[in-house]
Formats: sequence, structure tokens, C-alpha cells
Amino acid sequence: MKELIRALLLLALLALVSGTSLGAETANGPLRVGLTPTFPHDQYQPLEQWRLYMERKLGRRVEFVRRDRYIETMDLLRLKKLDFAWVCDYPYVYFKKQVKLVAVPIHKGRPYYRSYLIVPATDTTTTSLAQLKGKVFAYTDPYSNTGYLTPRYELQQMGENPAYFFRKSFFAWSHRRVLEAVANGLADGGAVSSHVWDTLSIGKPELIAATRVVAKSQEYGFAPFVAQMSVSDEDFHAMQRLLLDMTTDADGRALLKDLNLDGFMIGNTQLFERVERVMRAVGEK
Amino acid sequence: MNALFNLSFRYKIPLWGSLLIITATLAVSSTLIVQSYEDLQSDVVSSSASLGRTLVKTLFPAMLQEEVWQAFAIVKAPLHEESGSKLIQPEMILALDRNQQVFVSSHPKAAPMLAELHRLGDDYDRLAELIRARPEVDAPILDFSGPQRIYVAVPIAEEGARLGTLVIVHSKDVFLPRFRSVAWRSAQIGLVVLAVLLPINWYWGQRTAVPLAKLARSTGDVARGALREPPPGTYAFKDELGELFEAFGVMVKALQEKQLLEQEVIRSERLAAIGRLSAGLAHEINNPLGGMLVALDNFKRRGGHDERALKTVAMIERGLSQIRDTVSAMLVEAGVKSRDLAPQDLKDVQMLLSGEAHKRSVAIEVESDIEAPVALPATLVRQVVMNLLLNAVQACEDSGTVRCAVRHADHRLAIETENGGRPIPPEMMTHLFEPFVSGNEAGHGLGLWVTYQIVSQLRGQITVESRDGLTRFSVSLPTGEASWAPTPCASA
Repeated sequence: MKELIRALLLLALLALVSGTSLGAETANGPLRVGLTPTFPHDQYQPLEQWRLYMERKLGRRVEFVRRDRYIETMDLLRLKKLDFAWVCDYPYVYFKKQVKLVAVPIHKGRPYYRSYLIVPATDTTTTSLAQLKGKVFAYTDPYSNTGYLTPRYELQQMGENPAYFFRKSFFAWSHRRVLEAVANGLADGGAVSSHVWDTLSIGKPELIAATRVVAKSQEYGFAPFVAQMSVSDEDFHAMQRLLLDMTTDADGRALLKDLNLDGFMIGNTQLFERVERVMRAVGEK
Repeated sequence: MNALFNLSFRYKIPLWGSLLIITATLAVSSTLIVQSYEDLQSDVVSSSASLGRTLVKTLFPAMLQEEVWQAFAIVKAPLHEESGSKLIQPEMILALDRNQQVFVSSHPKAAPMLAELHRLGDDYDRLAELIRARPEVDAPILDFSGPQRIYVAVPIAEEGARLGTLVIVHSKDVFLPRFRSVAWRSAQIGLVVLAVLLPINWYWGQRTAVPLAKLARSTGDVARGALREPPPGTYAFKDELGELFEAFGVMVKALQEKQLLEQEVIRSERLAAIGRLSAGLAHEINNPLGGMLVALDNFKRRGGHDERALKTVAMIERGLSQIRDTVSAMLVEAGVKSRDLAPQDLKDVQMLLSGEAHKRSVAIEVESDIEAPVALPATLVRQVVMNLLLNAVQACEDSGTVRCAVRHADHRLAIETENGGRPIPPEMMTHLFEPFVSGNEAGHGLGLWVTYQIVSQLRGQITVESRDGLTRFSVSLPTGEASWAPTPCASA
């Protein structure tokens, strides 16, 4: 009996999954755009405005699919459950062969961002990552460059084993939560994206004030907007055009201001060579 | 302290009463406060236990998967609420692992991750012991009250596995506002109770104490010899105090009667002493007097005396006779044999006095119920009635009436005379029955003395009252066969 119920539940679940994912596979269905915590993706109102802006520009329905974990968004892309996604540079490089680069955001005039090493504002003594040995550390996501790969790379450069350097480490599954964990003292240190830090220093100054930046990493190519391999050229170019042209109208500029971006540009793989080197150095590929 | 106990009941009773009321009010108020404090504490414990059971359900998978952030969000969630009731809001929530290390806490700065519970403070050390004592999966929810905080520990367990313990910490500081409001309310009730009870107590104390104070003053008066009762109506109730007042009145009356009796005894003793003295004197005088008179008589009979000597002898004889008359008037000879008193005797007396009465235009009304002779010496009774009526006629104003009532009943003869006119002055009352005391210049003052002597010798009583313009003499004489025999004293 139990087996039967379990089987039935599984069938129902499958039906549900295939039903919701139908859009991505149908040409005239809605465009599905995956959003990740590479930027503060949990602000509902500005993103809703962006979605409506996309619908207006593209003349078709657009659905935003928010997932906390990069790998989940990457899986949805590879499974063609998503058409586009804004992901971190590290998973982009990692799954480079399965996605197409649509555009790269421009922040402070350049398509780059960094990893910030942060500690609680109450900690006034720490000046480097090395001083956090034996402490509690908050990572963003195992597929985050600025929130995971970079600090581990730096530890490796220092000759430390990242697996044992900290007394305890955990994933907070977003840059913003890493900030909160460090601000609350849950973690003694954390690593976040410079873009999220800058954006929240406008939107959540009290949160930023509770943390202190100890070190800034080298620059990396900004977390890119990608498309799944089988997206039609028409859709690909429509989306690319939309992103690149956002600076040309008032609505687009207002949205870019909310996203704390200057605009988008057509990127190239050279932008991400540095993260690829780091990735290889850490031994993730 | 003594000064307090020496206070008058007028202050002491209300003061003690007030003290008791205040003590009782304080006791009740503090019981309420303590009760509310305990209620508050048990409310906190039960609400924390319920919160803990809810949190544990979501915390279990988070801890199982080592999801620190999720666990943090779970323990932080109840504290984010902008709840109106601060009371229900815990101060801190800790999730402990199996080794009693902090897996995550809502306040990582106070209780950082991986910190050992017993190192967080004395309270936590005690708590750690309690938790260690019950490591089993189905351990009960523990609660422990420290000096500043209340701790509720809920096992994080599901499906037979225990991952650790959830500890919910409440600061007792949040009790304070609630506690203060309860205390204030109790104080207000207490004040209202005091405002009602204290005046009642004061009134009741006064009502008891004021009569007591009056009684104390009256008792003091009695002790100093002034036999006065407290004014009537001082205390009109029938309780013990009322009984005390009644008994006090009875006692004062008895003392007054006793005092009167003592005065009466002293007076009769004095009169008896005077009687004995005068009787003795009379005998002593009468014997030589008789001899002297006989000698004078013999002297006259011998003859041959000149005129002048005879005159002198006659003068001496008259003087001696006057002495004899006076002495015999003082000497009441009750022992004289006499017939019994007959109804006619009273009429005789009325007849004998009619002349005097007529002279003064005074009417004498005699009323008698004697129809047969009474076993009392007629001569003496006649003399008593005669003396009393004569005094009455003399004291009576013109055109007045003198009444006399004679009644024989229950082996007693009662004679009562009554007249208006001049009352007997009080200073004379005490010496009324002594010899040579007279109300008018005309009498020699032996009438009432003789009357008293006769009545005494007949073992009777004589009393006098003079008030409201009426003077009344009452004589009571015992009658019967052997009822009268001269007292030895009188015959001596």
C-alpha cells in the first residue's frame, strides 16, 4: 500500500514538473529567465518591473525563475527548463560548453567585479584572511567565484588547506546572507561580491555598516547573462538587444539604476580567463 | 514600646486595628504579586515549550543537513517578530548539538557557534548538567530559572534520533513592566481596602473605647469614694461591655445602700448610747431626788417655820419637781404593764389633740383598720401617735391637714403620719431623734426622742422622709403574743 502511494505521488510530481516546464520547450510559450543570488535577486518589486519591461520589449510573456543555488539554475539551463539566466562567472566558466554568453553587466564603467573579504564591524583587528584561521567562515555558494572560489584560492596561495583552515565554515546561499551572517556575528568572516556590497550599501546601509571589508581580491569578469544552447537565434538576439539597449530609454535606465549597473555589453571569453585560471589552480577542473 | 502599650484604648484599639488591617492588606497584596509572578513564569515556560516544539520540527532537518544559515534563520525567526507582547518574545534561542556545543544561536555574539554551553556562564553550566542528565531521545522538556533568566530546553529529536537540544532563554527583565502593573493594581486595591476599612475600624474602636474610658473614670471615682454611676445611655448594647456597665450600676447601687445602712447603724448606735446614758443618769438623779423631796415634805410637815423659809423650800421643791419631770420624761419606762391597744385609743388621741388642732385651724384625719385589740401596750402606742400628731400639727401651716393611717397586717402595726408645711432641714435629719433637738422654740425637744425610745423598745422601726412639701413619719411595730418585751437596755 505504502509503495503504491509513493508511486502515485511520484507520478503526480512528474506531471507537475513537466507541466510547469512546458514553456521553455514551446516556441511561443513564455521566455523563462533564471535569476541567482549573484545580485540581490530577492527584491521583488524592482525585478517585477524588469520582467514587465522585458515583456513590453519582447512582445511575449517572460517568467522569472529564482533559485538560491547556482547549481540548480545551471541544471535547469542544461535541462532546457530555462532559456536565459543571470549566473556567476564561475559556473559560467565551469559549464561554458553548455551555455552561450549573452551579455556582461557594466558596473562603474567596467565589466568587472571583485571578491570582498569581510568581518564584523566589531572586529577591528583582523587585516587579512590569514588571521581568520580557526574561525567560523561563511561562504556564499560552492559555485560562487567571489563568495567561495576566490577565498579558497587565496588560502591555497598561502599554502593552507582550505578544508581545515577554518574551524567551521558554512554556505549561506547568497551574498546578502553572508553579509547578514557576518554582521550578526554568526560567522567571523565571509566573502561577498563587490557588486552586492556596493548595491546594498545604498539599499541597506545599516547592514553594510555592521561589516568591515578587510581585503579586496583581484578583478574578475562580471557575472554574465547566459542563454541555454538551444535557444533560437531570434530569441537570443532579441534578449541581447534588449539588454544592450536598456540605457537608451528612461525605463531601462531606471531599472539599471535599481540594479546598480551602468548597462550591458557583449562580452567575450577573455573576460573570464582569470577565473578559469583560478579554477584550475584550486583544482576544481 | 511601653508608651505604646500605655496609650488610651481610644487610640490603641484603632491603632492595633489599623496595624492588623495594613498587615493583612500587605499580606494579601504580596500573595497576589507572588502568585502573578509565578503565573507569569509558568506562562513563559509553557509558551516557550510550545514554541520550542514548533521550532524543533524545522530545526531537525536543518541540523541534520548541517544547514547553518537555515538553522540560524529558524532560531532568529521568533525574535524578529515585532510582537506587542514582549513577554512571549525570548531573549535568545540556542540550538545545541549532541556535545552541548552551540550549533547556532540567535545571538552569535553572545553565544558563538561551537561555543561549549557550560562555558557561557553559571546558569548555562547548571543547565548543561540538567541536559546531560537526560540525554535520551524522549527526554522531557526541562525548565530552569536562574537569577536573571528562565531557560527552557527542548530536545531536538525526531524518529528516534536526537541531534541536540534547543534552549529558549527568557530574560526576567521583561517581567518587570507586567509585574509592576500587577503590583500597582494590587497596591491600588490595597489602598481602596484601607480607605474603606480604616474609618470603620476607627469608628468601631471609638465606640468600644469611649465607654471603656468612661467606665474607667467612674471606677476611679468610686475608688475615691464618690459613688457615681456612669451617665445612663453611655453604652446601650447587651454585649460583655454592656454587661459590665450593668454590673457596675448594680455595684454602685449596692455600695450606696451599704453606705446608707452604715450611716443608719451609726445613728442608731449613737441613739442607743444616748438612751443608755440618759437612763443611767435618770436613775442616778431620781434616787437622791426622791430622798430630797421626801426630806422637804417632812420639813414642811414639822411646822414652825417662818414665812421666808417656807417660800425657799417651796421654790426648792418646784425646782426639784421640774428636774424629776424632765428626768422622767427622758426615762421611758416601757416595762409598765398596760392593756392592749384598742380601736378606741386612736379616737381618744384624736380627741385629746382636737383643742390644739382647732387653735391652729388644722384638720386631723385619722384612718384606722383596727377593729379588735392589738397585742401592743396601749399607753406606749398612744404616746407615740400623740407625739407624732402633735409634732405634725405644730409643723403644719394654718388650714393644713394632718393625716394619720394605722394599719394592722402580717403581725405588724404600721402607723404613718403625714403633714405639709415646713420641711425638716437636712442638717437636722441626722440628729432628729436625739434628745433636746427641737424644730420649734416652744418644745423642749424630747417628743421624738421619747417616740424613738418607745419604738426601739418595742423592737420596731421609725423612719422619716421630708420632701416635696410633705413630711412623713412611718412607724412599724411587730405585734403578737410575745412580740413585745422591754429590751434589757431600756429597762436598765
